[in-house]
Amino acid sequence: MAFASIFVPNCMVQAVVRADPSLRERLLALIDGNPPLCSVVAVNEKAAQAGLACGMTKSNAAEFPGLEIRPRSRALEKTAHAALLDVGWSVSPQIEDTAEDAIVLDLTGLGHLFRSEEEIAAHLLRRSSDCGLQPNVAVASNIEAALLAARGFSGITVIPPGKESECLSHLSVNALPLSEETAETLNRWGVHTCGAFAALPVLQISERLGQEGVRLHALARGAESRSLIVAEQESSFEEEMELDDAVEELDPLSFLLGRLLDQLCARLAARSLAAASVSVRFGLQPAFEDALDPRKEPSLQKRLPAIYETTIELPVPARDSKMLLKLLRLRLQSNPPAAPIQKIALLAESARPRAVQGGLFLPCFPEPDKLELTIARIANVVGQGNVGSPALADTHCPDGFHMQRFLFSLDAGKLDGGAKRSSRRGMPGEFSGMPASFRTFRPPIPAKIELREERPFRVAFQGMRGRVLAVSGPWRISGDWWRENPWQQEEWDLEIDFVSSMDGDSPAVRRPGRGVYRFFYDALRQGWFVRGIYD
Amino acid sequence: MWRPDFQGLLDKLLSRNLILPPRRTKSEIQSLLFAPFALRAMTPKAASLRFHVESLLAGRYSSPFQYHDRRIVETVPAGIPPIDDLTGGLPRGSLTEIYGPPCSGKTTFLTSTLASRTAASEVCALVDARDAFDPRSAEIVGVNLNQLVWVRCRNADQALRATDLLIQGGGFGLIALDLSDTPPNVVRSVPLPVWFRFRRAVEYTPTILLLLDQESNAKSCASLVLRLRTEETHWSQTAEFAEGAGLPHSPGLLLDGWKSHAEMIRSSARPRGSPLVSGFSDGDAVNFETQMIWSDSGAIRERLVPAISKGAREKR
Repeated sequence: MAFASIFVPNCMVQAVVRADPSLRERLLALIDGNPPLCSVVAVNEKAAQAGLACGMTKSNAAEFPGLEIRPRSRALEKTAHAALLDVGWSVSPQIEDTAEDAIVLDLTGLGHLFRSEEEIAAHLLRRSSDCGLQPNVAVASNIEAALLAARGFSGITVIPPGKESECLSHLSVNALPLSEETAETLNRWGVHTCGAFAALPVLQISERLGQEGVRLHALARGAESRSLIVAEQESSFEEEMELDDAVEELDPLSFLLGRLLDQLCARLAARSLAAASVSVRFGLQPAFEDALDPRKEPSLQKRLPAIYETTIELPVPARDSKMLLKLLRLRLQSNPPAAPIQKIALLAESARPRAVQGGLFLPCFPEPDKLELTIARIANVVGQGNVGSPALADTHCPDGFHMQRFLFSLDAGKLDGGAKRSSRRGMPGEFSGMPASFRTFRPPIPAKIELREERPFRVAFQGMRGRVLAVSGPWRISGDWWRENPWQQEEWDLEIDFVSSMDGDSPAVRRPGRGVYRFFYDALRQGWFVRGIYD
Repeated sequence: MWRPDFQGLLDKLLSRNLILPPRRTKSEIQSLLFAPFALRAMTPKAASLRFHVESLLAGRYSSPFQYHDRRIVETVPAGIPPIDDLTGGLPRGSLTEIYGPPCSGKTTFLTSTLASRTAASEVCALVDARDAFDPRSAEIVGVNLNQLVWVRCRNADQALRATDLLIQGGGFGLIALDLSDTPPNVVRSVPLPVWFRFRRAVEYTPTILLLLDQESNAKSCASLVLRLRTEETHWSQTAEFAEGAGLPHSPGLLLDGWKSHAEMIRSSARPRGSPLVSGFSDGDAVNFETQMIWSDSGAIRERLVPAISKGAREKR
């Protein structure tokens, strides 16, 4: 049995650098605390070499040329830790969430996938790098030895079984979890390495340092063993970012969203998952006018929403960050937030990626990713709700339907020959002609009808006038009388001849000649309308 | 003096591997080609040059300067047998235009084609410029609404942009652009390069691009152009009102359907091997019947003949 430990050194700095990789090559210091008492809490290696140290005030640190000062971000640390867990779960299902900056993996059974423990460690390092982290990886036969080696040695460390004491002997004794008192005691004794501490007799250690000392002695020898506390796998993936300056334009916002989506998709890919939906939550900047004008009553001040939320549901789980970014951009273009953005959070619900087996004889169909993008683009042109599939409503009301999202399922799209064609609803037994179709006017066009002998004789609508040649009707329909919007109509099918010699016709109107139209009298609105035309 | 690019022509013919018998080398062919010009002055006229090359290549390759479009155009049935017999079906990867006045049968043609394509499990798209599509009658005809993307536009500009996006997206068996209710002067103002661009965009794809309007606008950009018009409308009386009613108008009178006339104005689909330059179909035409289906369960109809009170009429 072997265990691997992944430790992220200087995790506060790494979390910030993960969100902004351009900081990796620069001097970076993180500050924390309430202004004006901010102090430096973490520096990167370059800044440490330049002379910066933790505890310096912000003003002292600002004197260093080329230094980038950023506030500490707990949101970024949280997402970095989530990414670390995803790296672990991509290799082993048994992970212990040991600390904010360290996890332990059980490597049992991985011998079938990897040739050696060095290969496992290299794979973990590579996966971590894909997620934007630069950790230390150590492999040992027990958990505590692996943790200690990961914290103490940089890069990859593999401790052969039985050699724990020898490998850990050069580590500083400060790598052990010492209390202040114990650290001072060991310092007075002149014990500075784990090897020196392990060489002391355990009986005397227990007399002077108690049980804590015995445990520390076992840790220094690499002999302390315990069971793994397995963490539960998360099914949602979240990335957050807090902005120093609020963002108003779409282009810089897209840049930040793209970066977050890249990290999100990398984490999904590490777990062999895809996103079934992506939710975006923006923390908006409060309205500036409210702070400036105290004369306004709070109730009269226009309150802008503090949070903007939107969700993109994907027809097929996907983890293409570019495609997701395009969908987000289209959504934000059609429904922009009301204020500048100070905080960004992306949440992806995970699902298994769909595997489709193509075939030689399948009919052509659009790719789900491209189709979703196309529909989103069209919705930006014609409006949300005006593109999709029509679904007939369970009502007798004319034009009763609603628009639903277009979802094409490959399973439902299989060839079934003429089965659907022959099952026309309402077909009579023998049918020799083509079934006629109808065109609807939305909304119905108001019309003026001249009656003669209780039948329509002349009609006029949309600047056109015509004489009725044949009449079918009236056909009375009504419904929804038990609801708030009842309807009651009398329908007529009229064959109309639009005569060219009528006075008052607009010369710009093109008369259609002759045609069969469906008119109806709305008993509730008490008016005549044209519902549509048979074409 | 203009010198023809014989080298380029020779390389093209050689690369096609159609003219060189194995025993001839390239240098031999070159000497044959250039020898006449070494003996007398170069003739600038293309006709004499062509004659010389053709005579040299006689017996090896016929008509080396004529380019034959070897692309095979697949056609699919529109779902209206008389029109399928007339046209051979709708060509894939091409623009088909159907035009005619209102009530000429364009919508019937559209829904029949949609039913045919959705029955073949293809995904179809309808760009409705004036939001006139009736899903209920389409479902009766046989259109599978779950396989239809319906884009409801407010004007022709939105319709053209939506069509462009759908073509770029790809994967559709049929994209129909319905401009039937758009005023003809608006559709006339669409520049011809727009139709040309649409045609080129669907070329070499399995997508059928169908355009419906009141006048012919796509012109030569359309591979198939049909003009529809209504010949006559059929009305029938129910049995109980067949005799003795004496009225031209009666509640027992039902719209039975109509007869449409379809004329093929243009078709570029030709049998394989026939020349491209001349001979479109001469205005072949066919009639087809359209019949109403009155068993639509979406409407409850009640006969009202003597039951309408005089007072209700006076109120109108």
